[in-house]
Amino acid sequence: MTTTENRPQFKVVGTRPVRHDGLEKVTGKAKYGADVILPGMLYGKVLRSPHPHARIKSIDTSGALKIPGVKAVVTAKDLPIQSDKMVELGEAHANMKQIAENCLANDKVLYKGHAVAAVAATSPHIAEEALDAIKVVYEVLPFVLNVDDAMKPGATLLHENMVTRAVLGGKPDPAKQVGKSNVSSEMRWVGGNLEQAWKDSHVIVEREYFTKPVHQGYIEPHVTTVNWNPDGKITVWTSTQHTFGVRQQAAAILQVPEGMVKVIPMEIGGGFGGKINVYLEPAAAMLSKKTGHPVKMVMTRKEVFEASGPTSGSHMKMKVGATKDGKITGWQLWLAFEAGAYPGSPVAMGAMCSSAPYIVENFDVSALDIVVNKPKVAAYRAPGSPIGAFAVESTLDELAEKLGMDPMDFRLKNAAKEGTRQITGAPLGKIGNIEVMTQVKNHPHYKSPLPVGPNVGRGVGMGYWFNIGMQSSAALNVNPDGSVSLVTGSVDIGGTRVAVAMQAAEILGIRAEDVIPTVADTDSIGWTGVTGGSRTAFATGIAAINAAEEVKKQLIARAALMWEVKPEDIEFKDGLYINKKSPKDSVTMKQLAAKMMMTGGYVTASATANPRMAGAAYGAMIVDVKVDPETGKVDLLRVTAFQDAGKAAHPSYVEGQIQGGAVQGIGWALNEEYFHTTDGVMANSSWLDYRMPTSLDLPMIDPVIIEVPNPGHPFGLRGVGEVGICAPMAAIRNAIFRATGARMYHLPMNPGSIVEAIGAKKAAGHTNGAAKK
Amino acid sequence: MAKKVIVQANLNDNDTEFLSEPRQSLLEVLRETLALTGTKEGCNDGNCGACTVMVDGRIVNSCLMLAVEAEGKKITTIEGIAQADKLHPLQQSFLEEAALQCGICTPGFIVAAKGLLDREPKADEHRVRHWLAGNLCRCTGYDKIIRAVLKAEKEL
Repeated sequence: MTTTENRPQFKVVGTRPVRHDGLEKVTGKAKYGADVILPGMLYGKVLRSPHPHARIKSIDTSGALKIPGVKAVVTAKDLPIQSDKMVELGEAHANMKQIAENCLANDKVLYKGHAVAAVAATSPHIAEEALDAIKVVYEVLPFVLNVDDAMKPGATLLHENMVTRAVLGGKPDPAKQVGKSNVSSEMRWVGGNLEQAWKDSHVIVEREYFTKPVHQGYIEPHVTTVNWNPDGKITVWTSTQHTFGVRQQAAAILQVPEGMVKVIPMEIGGGFGGKINVYLEPAAAMLSKKTGHPVKMVMTRKEVFEASGPTSGSHMKMKVGATKDGKITGWQLWLAFEAGAYPGSPVAMGAMCSSAPYIVENFDVSALDIVVNKPKVAAYRAPGSPIGAFAVESTLDELAEKLGMDPMDFRLKNAAKEGTRQITGAPLGKIGNIEVMTQVKNHPHYKSPLPVGPNVGRGVGMGYWFNIGMQSSAALNVNPDGSVSLVTGSVDIGGTRVAVAMQAAEILGIRAEDVIPTVADTDSIGWTGVTGGSRTAFATGIAAINAAEEVKKQLIARAALMWEVKPEDIEFKDGLYINKKSPKDSVTMKQLAAKMMMTGGYVTASATANPRMAGAAYGAMIVDVKVDPETGKVDLLRVTAFQDAGKAAHPSYVEGQIQGGAVQGIGWALNEEYFHTTDGVMANSSWLDYRMPTSLDLPMIDPVIIEVPNPGHPFGLRGVGEVGICAPMAAIRNAIFRATGARMYHLPMNPGSIVEAIGAKKAAGHTNGAAKK
Repeated sequence: MAKKVIVQANLNDNDTEFLSEPRQSLLEVLRETLALTGTKEGCNDGNCGACTVMVDGRIVNSCLMLAVEAEGKKITTIEGIAQADKLHPLQQSFLEEAALQCGICTPGFIVAAKGLLDREPKADEHRVRHWLAGNLCRCTGYDKIIRAVLKAEKEL
């Protein structure tokens, strides 16, 4: 672990206490979404489309309703008519009509697995059997499975009235001719003088890339239990990253007031962005309304793959030039991302983030969002950024090679720093980009000789994620024993209870163990945004800090009352409240808490924060690979992952985020993909065939934490959850080149494609696209 | 629906009798009938190991075993790993090493790792990785899990 700036010493922040919720999780006592059992509970199952694109002509549910044990069936006809209302959902906006239609298809099904109807029965087996008794007549339509087919003239249109929204530099582009299309939007950023930039270039590299959709792969399937009482009150027990977002979506889709919906967060078994949108809640709610019973619905793993959000597949083109001494001249990037069945891929973020590590002055960047007949994409860890980074970091590696420059020297020469304007025109704040790059360059791994043997290579890549702030709330209640209960609305997906509790403890001068964190339902805490965007330890941390400061203020007043002095006469130091007028008089929080009832009653405080300076995160990876040229298998020999955490609140869980992000990136690089056959069906919708990394596929992942404090947080924290997934794909790809001489332009770089690339290189003597000049 | 069958088994050191439909998996009966929800369902097709339990000392994906097959067997689930006043060294080392993030795979990993350490208390890193390859974790990248198992070996 590395610290690049001297900071005041913290007592709690930066230590590694055992997480408060850990014991229940290692003993099996913790209650997750699927562990909900309620009196009279029914079980729901979903009928899904067998076709990638079809018009629903009719649905006959009468057969299912005759089966003993079946209590109700719902279709889209049972949901209120939706308008195109937009809601804010964490890292992205969402259209409620589209979310509702994704939950239950209205007139068309847009992908294989699209929900058509749902059944509630007294057992999950009966509900499943009843699905076969629902008769749906489809008019099968042509379908498109990738961005290039979707853009072809005459391609079948998923949404017949959709017109491309053309945006230039953040504003509507009136010059762009648009018509009905599967391209929902085309965003473009132009700056500088690209024509001149190409003329000034000593080297220009122009390349093209293709990636496939990949799934977040959380181990816990989507699950919900909904109870709709006759008085209109709806309770949802679910596993979500965003309780208030579920409340908002459910209320909008069901057209009930938000205050009538209470969302109770169960422990969540992973999300990575995929558990923000609702999938099951509208159907479960309508089934509960019809039956008067709570209804529980759990997806199968196949349903998770086929009907919850992966992230985008893509087609990308990049042209970049540099002067002889390695300064980037021109930057042209074209990104086309699959959105799945409804608009809303993270393509704009892919365009902005992948450019953010570098000074880019002459540029033309386009980002196209394109609907295809696949499940609607959902957020996935730094949405869009890893895809764009694959194109950018791969192309820059080739540029550095052509210049004969060390890849990190090349990056450092072009590194963005505080004040550098991004392609959007917005300047970067205080960032650790150069510090991360420098750490990579100086790291023993980077300086070490390559492992001995043939077909071994080393690669590097960078990554960027902007991180978000947003609103969070926290409440603190001082207990008579001196401990403090901490209530927040932030679902704990990977150790944020402890990371937030530590921040309150730091302010109060008590141990992390003396703060008792609870994650509350939407009726029991102030509005709190998504556990996503790498925001929780940052923003909910600030809410907890603010509440703790208020508690401290009240305790100072209590101490003043006790000693009959003014609050200004009390000094707080190292957990002690000291009477400045008589410094031998000092009390601990525990002593003050024991006397609360004699000094004015119990001390409580609540706070809500809406911080904006989230502090962007930079990350990098060095990876050594060994490639078997016969089989194309890639073994990872050594992986070092770097990340600027600002200040690591709980270093173990920061390391965990870095390692977890790295390994998701490794899976994306080498194995994972949605493999669709020509009939529009995902052929690998099980973990056996989708093949995420196992423990045997990996070495230890060595995390390096860099700390360039974020001025937007009292302790300097930056978000740490996401950026770790950005660098691995290009880093591994660049390592494969050094091991084999073959350049890869597709993800995943699975054994077959590597054998093919090595073979093609041998046959042609050179790779895709030749360098100009 | 086929008639339910009475099954007698030893569950976490208690002799137990339960009713099961012939088609129900051991996982379903553990969770839905016996309220032992610590055993998790991730895929229900034997690929993630979240539902790992021990049957007569061997680790088994409980989603792949019918509950009626438990007749006469000794079953240990995550709820049977700790003592009343003391965690198993694996549970303790998972806590200390921060070897869990979301925690949904954790019960399966701990039961599977116990299956290894009961047989091979000195397993090396490669052996631990090999043994645990049937358990998927999407949060941690496995690094801290492997370290926690190796640490528990020293405590045992």
